Amino acid sequence: MANFLDVHSISKHFGGVVALRDVDLSLRAGEVHCLVGENGSGKSTLIKIISGVLHPEPGGRIVIEGREYPHLNPVQSTACGIQVIYQDLSLFPNLTVAENIAIAGHLGPPRLVNWRRLHLTAEAAMARIGASLDADARVEDLSIANRQLVAICRAMAADAKLVIMDEPTASLTRHEVDALVRLVADLKRAGICIVFVSHRLDEVMEIAERVTVLRDGAKVGEFPAREMDDKRLATLMTGKAFAYRTYATDFGKSQTVLAVSHLSRAGQYEDISFEIRAGEIVGLTGLLGSGRTELALSLFGMNRPTSGEIRVDGKLLALKTNAQAIEAGIAYVSEDRLNLGLVLEQPISSNILLTVLDKLPNRFGLVAEKTRQRVARKWIKDLAIRAPDPDNAVRTLSGGNQQRVVLAKWMATQPRLLILDSPTVGVDIAAKDGIYEVVRALAANGVAILLISDEVAEVFYHAHRVLVMRRGRLAGECVPHESSEAELQAVVDA
Amino acid sequence: MLRHGDSLAAAPGTRRAGADTSRPARAAALLRFRRSHEFWLLTVILALSLALSVATDSFLTLQNLFDLLTSNAFVGILASGLLVVLIAGGIDISFTATASVAQYVALTLGIRHGLGWFALFAMAGAVGVLCGLINAIFITRLRISSIIVSIATLNIFYGLLIVSTGGKYITSLPKFFRDGISWFEHDDASGVPYALNLQILVLLLAFAAAWLLLNRTNVGRQIYAMGGNKDAAQRLGFHVLRLNMLVYGYLGFVAGIASLVQAQLAQSVTPTVLVGKELDVLAAVVLGGASLTGGVGTVFGAILGVALLAILQNGLVLVGVSSYWNQWFVGLTILCAVSITAWSERRRRAAKAIN
Repeated sequence: MANFLDVHSISKHFGGVVALRDVDLSLRAGEVHCLVGENGSGKSTLIKIISGVLHPEPGGRIVIEGREYPHLNPVQSTACGIQVIYQDLSLFPNLTVAENIAIAGHLGPPRLVNWRRLHLTAEAAMARIGASLDADARVEDLSIANRQLVAICRAMAADAKLVIMDEPTASLTRHEVDALVRLVADLKRAGICIVFVSHRLDEVMEIAERVTVLRDGAKVGEFPAREMDDKRLATLMTGKAFAYRTYATDFGKSQTVLAVSHLSRAGQYEDISFEIRAGEIVGLTGLLGSGRTELALSLFGMNRPTSGEIRVDGKLLALKTNAQAIEAGIAYVSEDRLNLGLVLEQPISSNILLTVLDKLPNRFGLVAEKTRQRVARKWIKDLAIRAPDPDNAVRTLSGGNQQRVVLAKWMATQPRLLILDSPTVGVDIAAKDGIYEVVRALAANGVAILLISDEVAEVFYHAHRVLVMRRGRLAGECVPHESSEAELQAVVDA
Repeated sequence: MLRHGDSLAAAPGTRRAGADTSRPARAAALLRFRRSHEFWLLTVILALSLALSVATDSFLTLQNLFDLLTSNAFVGILASGLLVVLIAGGIDISFTATASVAQYVALTLGIRHGLGWFALFAMAGAVGVLCGLINAIFITRLRISSIIVSIATLNIFYGLLIVSTGGKYITSLPKFFRDGISWFEHDDASGVPYALNLQILVLLLAFAAAWLLLNRTNVGRQIYAMGGNKDAAQRLGFHVLRLNMLVYGYLGFVAGIASLVQAQLAQSVTPTVLVGKELDVLAAVVLGGASLTGGVGTVFGAILGVALLAILQNGLVLVGVSSYWNQWFVGLTILCAVSITAWSERRRRAAKAIN
């Protein structure tokens, strides 16, 4: 089959830093190709070169459908049918579905809007991928999955022959990912080439033919997707080997920290009973909508249960606010770390101390700079946060380090129970490993941990015991060391 | 539910292409209107008008309605221009200073050279465009926040005007200007004459122009898109500087035109009288549902916003409430209106989350 796109010996430097070194990439028409690498591996630079935003250094060649483009610019790239769907989707939330899809029509002549033609364009694009969205709905009212569909339709309306999707599954539920996979298979049959850009092993790799791995700006290689698995990909991406195993543990003698009995909240979850002992990591998994996040919020005082009991260290709690939960020794690290967990423009130290502000002041009611520095530094050191200066803004840290700052913030309250809700979403594999290390260290110090995750493998390898929720009920329990990942997956999917 | 739901999750067999334009679509449009901010405003305006018609003899008279339109034309015309800037994601409060400058320049030169209607309006419009472009260039090129730029230019334009005029009035306006226009004149039963005057004519034209710009032209839709997501607009190749020059220039132009309409009504040019009105205009536009974060707002909403404030103030006078209470009522109305919209939006989202 003829290649749709060939790029040869692409190099790019920014200042003195190598972004890409002598990279080749070829894409066949109708192929699904994955481009993977850690943050900073050069994926986005390569995408920008293909879309004409950046130009390669002399020696690099770009050939699209057999024609060489010595100075590819964004207009030519679009004219060749190359469309990039960025992670933020670049949609206009205030406009309708139809207008978003046919937005390119607003750019060219004629100067007046032809609303009828615009609707026809949008509907034709939706029909091409079998989407059935309300053309008059505003995009801000759509689910993330449907917004993504709008972005794909927009690419279709622009006669895309190559669609590059940046992290397309990052914010989708399992169900939505399955639908996306089906859609991509349709596009592929229509002869459209699709490139997924990712920093992890994506579900979409199931339908990919080839995987190209980048590391530090260089191409590690191109592999048939069939031969790829989690571990191999992680090793290729980082150059390090990650081997996870399960551990036999006995918490029979440890003190019970959390005891939940017959906890229910109408419409969300029902009759939940379990215990977590000091030093134990209990995983909680289940499909989205199984009630696990609602349960976690109840444990943190943000979602009052209708009946049942929560005890911490034997003491019965009637939680009305999260302030009471924090007081009782419960900490909660949210899924949405960037929005809920951190004040990005503020220094690392201030973020860490946010939860303990009322404990820091001296007898004059003021916080001594020395105390501030001491407490902040302790946590930066304990959680191995890689930061040149505690007074740098959190924004300057990498995703993994930001996640550790969130952890530090909660550890500063010296909690008895730490609830982690999807702590590794959007974090690359090396940083993930660092977070697991921290979680294990915390548990070893006697903190009881509830680890909530979508990923079955995550709870399987990093929890001592796993609870599975389904439709608001506890549907099963499994001890990883005495079981297998497939068995656990079967319980979740049942 | 009228939405087609998670179509990604729909089974392949149930997929259906496109939206239809038949009865359900019309019902959906009606439902959308019933949920809209404009619907609430319209309801409040109708209720208030009904109450005033019952409570007073003078509210629902042709004369009062003409007076209302004429005396609120200045605010209304400016609102049509400010709306465009707000939708584009910007803000401008310098337009009253722009209007003062345009008014003074146009009429000073107009009197000196004996210019007619067209030349006067062209000159006031040109001065307004120039002031608007200055704002646009600072806001886009140096990426300074628009409120800060326009606070600065408000003071600069106004300061220059006061220094160069010494605050002097112009009272000896040309005869044709003092007379204004009165088309389609006709007398009512009691012999009082009514006509389409300059204020009402320009007010109608201003709203029509803003509506055409925003809904019927490609640049108008680009303005909405840019206000909704500036980064995406840039990625798609929208020319942000050109769009900003258009919207701030447009507001400047509208301010220039409005300034002459106001001078004709006041029968004089006073450099100090317009500055200070910018928040009234902003209040009306925001009351009409325009968002300060951009991308949201309609001409119909802006008309209703201006109308509600106008009727409210008029009603208070007619009912005999001391004018000291005016501002209190205006403030309360704005707070209530935006609260109702925010509250109903929240309820709608909560209901959707449960579904």
